[in-house]
Amino acid sequence: MPEQVPAVRLTSITKRFPGVVANRDVNLTIERGEVHALCGENGAGKSTLMKILYGMQRPDEGAIEIEGEQVTLRTPADAIGRGIGMVHQHFKLADNLTVLENVILGAEPRTWFGGIDFAAARARIEEMSRAYGLSVDPDVLVETLGVGKRQRVEILKVLYRGARVLILDEPTAVLVPQEVDELFGNLRELRAEGLTVLFISHKLDEVLAVADTISVIRRGTTVATRLDPREVTSRRLAELMVGSELPTPELRDSTVTEDVQLDISGLTVLTPEGRPVVDDVSLRIRRGEIVGLAGVEGNGQTELIEAIMGIRHADAGTIRFLPGGVGGRSPTMTRGGDDITHWATRKRREAGIAYIPEDRHRHGLVLEGTLWENRMLGHQTQPPNVRGPWIDRRGARRDTTRIVQAYDVRTPGIDVPAAALSGGNQQKLIVGREMSGEPHLLIAAHPTRGIDVGAQAAIWDHLRQARADGLAVLLISADLEELIGMSDTLHVIYGGRLVAEVDPRTVTPEDLGSAMTGAGDDSGDSSGDGSGAGS
Amino acid sequence: MSEPKDPGKPDLSKAEPPSDVPEPVPAWKAIMQGLGPTGLALRIGSPLLALLISLVITMILLRATGADPFSSVQSMIDYGTTENSIVDIVNRATRYYLSAVAVAIGFRMALLNIGVDGQYRLAAFLAAALGGAITLPAPLGQLLVIAAAMVVGGVWAAIAGVLKVTRGVSEVLSTIMLNAIATGLIAYLLNDQRLAELRPGSNNVATPKIPEDGRVGSLNGFLSSIGIDLPGAVYGLLPLAIVVGIVFWVVINHTRFGFDLKVSGMSPSAAQASGVNARRMIVYTMVASGVVAGLIGMPELLGASHEYSLNFPAGLGFTGITVALLGRNHPAGIALAALLFAFLDQTSDVLQEVDVPKEIVGVMQGVVVLTVVIVYELVRRWEIRLQQRTVAAELATGHDLAREARGSTGSAS
Repeated sequence: MPEQVPAVRLTSITKRFPGVVANRDVNLTIERGEVHALCGENGAGKSTLMKILYGMQRPDEGAIEIEGEQVTLRTPADAIGRGIGMVHQHFKLADNLTVLENVILGAEPRTWFGGIDFAAARARIEEMSRAYGLSVDPDVLVETLGVGKRQRVEILKVLYRGARVLILDEPTAVLVPQEVDELFGNLRELRAEGLTVLFISHKLDEVLAVADTISVIRRGTTVATRLDPREVTSRRLAELMVGSELPTPELRDSTVTEDVQLDISGLTVLTPEGRPVVDDVSLRIRRGEIVGLAGVEGNGQTELIEAIMGIRHADAGTIRFLPGGVGGRSPTMTRGGDDITHWATRKRREAGIAYIPEDRHRHGLVLEGTLWENRMLGHQTQPPNVRGPWIDRRGARRDTTRIVQAYDVRTPGIDVPAAALSGGNQQKLIVGREMSGEPHLLIAAHPTRGIDVGAQAAIWDHLRQARADGLAVLLISADLEELIGMSDTLHVIYGGRLVAEVDPRTVTPEDLGSAMTGAGDDSGDSSGDGSGAGS
Repeated sequence: MSEPKDPGKPDLSKAEPPSDVPEPVPAWKAIMQGLGPTGLALRIGSPLLALLISLVITMILLRATGADPFSSVQSMIDYGTTENSIVDIVNRATRYYLSAVAVAIGFRMALLNIGVDGQYRLAAFLAAALGGAITLPAPLGQLLVIAAAMVVGGVWAAIAGVLKVTRGVSEVLSTIMLNAIATGLIAYLLNDQRLAELRPGSNNVATPKIPEDGRVGSLNGFLSSIGIDLPGAVYGLLPLAIVVGIVFWVVINHTRFGFDLKVSGMSPSAAQASGVNARRMIVYTMVASGVVAGLIGMPELLGASHEYSLNFPAGLGFTGITVALLGRNHPAGIALAALLFAFLDQTSDVLQEVDVPKEIVGVMQGVVVLTVVIVYELVRRWEIRLQQRTVAAELATGHDLAREARGSTGSAS
């Protein structure tokens, strides 16, 4: 790298929030024309640091230098004016506008008469697309684009505003492996054109593949800076990130039995317009088996699990469920069970179906409720929460304390509202709640999304333990490693249909990714805003 | 935004999954459901603060109308504490209380039952007609009338509930229209050709008088036995209102049904995922609200008027909405709010003596409700931020239930 003034230099940045320190004495130098990766766990302080650099937060202490000049960034507009652009993890695009309109939105070039100079804008966008290899047709509507292309539009937007330093916040979280490769190609082109890229991620393989330099942040401070990716291993990075060893999702011996716990056949769910979102899905989950479901978000997973839970009405097909306690019933019948297709959600829950919803704030918790009220949620007809029609406060509270301890929910007490906990701790509470009461079937949508490595390993342990005890699990995750590692059987869902069954012992994330995009047909993936959280 | 982060625990994941930053409860919803501060000091402090502020505003208003605020308020208090006034205030408050509880049941699950007014008037009217038409021995007649009123109120409210779950009609619209229909229905039936009779010597029409055996005597006998002697007749059904309040509190806080109701109000999506049948809950809640609404007219009907006439108290359902808001949907809060409103209504007349238009009482009531609602919402938001900070701070200092129990301080990572 050339010996000149760095593109960005952060010196002794400290940022405190009431009661806590989000960033402590962070020093970071980013040279011009490099792809610099910043890794760290969720909550390590990456986002806060980037918000400081992008003018969204002011540091309490420390200095920011851009191109050798000390600056004060009060708003993102200041940062943009200094040539710093940010591509957010969740796209901020107007679906009903074209690519061109989205790119120039808020920075429209004007003609002499005050109108928008579309010709000039198009010329610039086409020039930029060519220069940086970001091929997007400027005249298509954004709503017709897949996730990968939308991200390119976001990058174009930032470049259009004259950014020389691009911050990409978890850019790969929403992409399948093929799209990740394309993105990395784009990043290399940007670097070749002299732009600086700051790449935030906790996915170490990606970091090693694309970065020129790597810095690691842990607990709010930089624990290693400017590592050379050729000299550092992914294991070393992981240790730096978490301060200990990284857990891996894996299953050892098979515990799969012959008893079919859940038997779905020909399940179809239609949209109000009559289009199938779940299309003739047949699936069997046996006791002691974890069945993984891989797919880009928005391909019918949500509708499928909601149909299994009875939240959504099944338009065709049957769902059969084997009742009875774990080990209680004689396994005389391996087929059969109750037809639960038309059961109410509560009856299904009482029969022993547990549910970890994908959106914990909308479906998993009542945020204004206390922890012990949230422990009752979904189990408000079952002991220890109730006695007859009466709520058993003591029982519910005692069991909440048990869950808090067993699942390491970080909270000062059980009377605080769920909203006061961090996302990871909320998730641990939900997982603990759903694993109690000896369920027979667990529908787990993104069970470890957004939680730290330690808790992730603990949840995997709980899943393995429950599986050994005969729990049947349907696992949906955007984290392909988790999906491959934790599944006994792995299905791929695309466009509402189960399109493939792959062997989790041999499949690679790349193969799985291409199956998820419809095996070669990679233009039709619908928009999704999923994010992987595993490391 | 500036959500506190904790560098000591790498499990604070912020904005990683799509909805990790919880959307705050919208103010209108929090107000309607009576969400407020949860700490005891704040729960007592907030209303006191709000009442103090509204008193100051009221004084300024009185001053602006040219009156002497201190002497006006003084004369209101003087008049309001006479024995005659106290009886009227208590009776008024009983009606407001039942009405507000009926509204609060709907509020608790984010249902706006605007139709309490129509429900109670129709219920009181039909129950009065029934009570006047038949004669039954002592407890049976009263029970029959009360039961009939509850059924009528429940059925009238159920119409709105069923329309909502089957046809998606907003309960606000349907209950407002049902109010109008109830008014028309009563006007049609309250006629000497049909269920009513003309009172000789006046233009009033009324249902036949409920016979002596079917009435509820005043509470004065009981009150004087415990040493309280009051001039006017206190409603004999005052204890009914107290029982309704207690049942409301017990059901909301200590039963499965109440839990489902609360959860449905706070998060319909989470309630559905937890197995609550949202459609059934809507109908049940509307019916429960209507059943209590049916009781609103009972103390007056059985204890004082013994008939439903053109003079029967009207508009209580709308007062109930304000009283429920002021009382934060809590049985005790509603009781205090009902007493305050009854006091203000009762003492409005005396203001004319000090040359203040009595309508200013309506302004005062509005000021009180607005102040309480705003103060509560501000305190609630402040408390949530405080709690989030406290949780983060306590965790940062290692005060942590999970780890304390294990007796170790080893970090998970």
